[in-house]
Amino acid sequence: MMQTEPEDLAALPLTQLRACPHCDALYRLPTVRPRERAVCQRCGLVLMAPRARAFTRIVALSACALILLAVALFTPFLDLSAAGLHSDASIWDAAMAFSDGIMVPLSIAVAAFIIVIPALRLALIVYTVFPLIGGGAPAPHAARAFRIADDLRPWSMAEIFVIGVAVALVKIAGMASVTPGIAFWTFGVLVIVLIWQESFVDREQIWSALDAARPDRGQAPA
Amino acid sequence: MTVRIPTARGAGLVACTRCGRVHEPQTPRCTRCGSALQSRDTRSLQRVWAWWAAGLIAYIPANIYPMLLTSALGSSTQSTILGGVVELWAHGDLPIAIIVFVASVVIPVGKFLAIAFLALKLRGPHKPDRHGRHRLYEVVEFIGRWSMIDVFVVAILASLVQFSLVATVNPGLAAICFALSVAFTMQAALSFDPRIIWDD
Repeated sequence: MMQTEPEDLAALPLTQLRACPHCDALYRLPTVRPRERAVCQRCGLVLMAPRARAFTRIVALSACALILLAVALFTPFLDLSAAGLHSDASIWDAAMAFSDGIMVPLSIAVAAFIIVIPALRLALIVYTVFPLIGGGAPAPHAARAFRIADDLRPWSMAEIFVIGVAVALVKIAGMASVTPGIAFWTFGVLVIVLIWQESFVDREQIWSALDAARPDRGQAPA
Repeated sequence: MTVRIPTARGAGLVACTRCGRVHEPQTPRCTRCGSALQSRDTRSLQRVWAWWAAGLIAYIPANIYPMLLTSALGSSTQSTILGGVVELWAHGDLPIAIIVFVASVVIPVGKFLAIAFLALKLRGPHKPDRHGRHRLYEVVEFIGRWSMIDVFVVAILASLVQFSLVATVNPGLAAICFALSVAFTMQAALSFDPRIIWDD
């Protein structure tokens, strides 16, 4: 928990203050060690949760997730056979299921939610965080890159797709036998890696690294 | 809670809702992350209601039109969102029927009610139970995207079950309406400025 002494806050320089993004409660920037958490006293939002060697781990797990996504994309996902007939689908096929006529926009949206946005977020996070390892200067436009990654977070739906797969399997189970392919397992692992990677992303840690390393500190970032 | 918690606004400052950095008032953009700064998002409610209404309008055809068009050996059936749940139930797949029902009916309807409740409450003269309403906001923001499950189910079934003349599954018009409804209500929740819940 953060401690607040209201009378002291006004005397502090602005760089030493932080406000809760959800409820606007004002705090003195605390020292939070790895594995500790700073939680908003009022609304309970986790404000800071730094992790040791977070940047290295974020880059490693993001790279791993990108590779898994590439593998999952083009290997067989599910294989269906019924009464001597045979059909299979890759994740790409699933995304393209709506690819005729009026359904095309939906096809694009599904491809975005399960492939393009997760991949783009991973790439942007690697671009932002990789130069920061060891206290390096941020890449050009890193603040913008991390902002986009942040905005896209609700629209990355790989984990929801996995639940959708489970439901679809049950629906099909009655009429045909389904064999999971390589991509099925790869995608499952991908979701676990994504959740793991997310656990190392502390936004205060990344924003302060982007800020402190700026040579023209105080200027508006690109 | 009886303790008075200082706020950025109370201290005459403006805070960044993305990175938490605090600035002098009238600063247009956060000097750290570059986001636009506003002490309170005054147009938040307008955008919430606009997305909310769009979501509700899209949710109606999503329930009327078929979600799945199944044809097997010459005979074809259509199933709506609720029809699909009933089918699963009749098959005895109770847990799956419940997942689909929760994701496609309970969460969307609950979201429409919750967002309307939160937005209407902001206008009221007295605002009790801020903690409860903030909790509700967090739940709505977290859970909204999970409604996409049914859209993905349709995508997987339609791509997988393609045995030309014997059996095919195709997406119905409801799939696109439902996906739009979920996206619009996600935008409604994202447009909400929860800081207003705590203002006096």
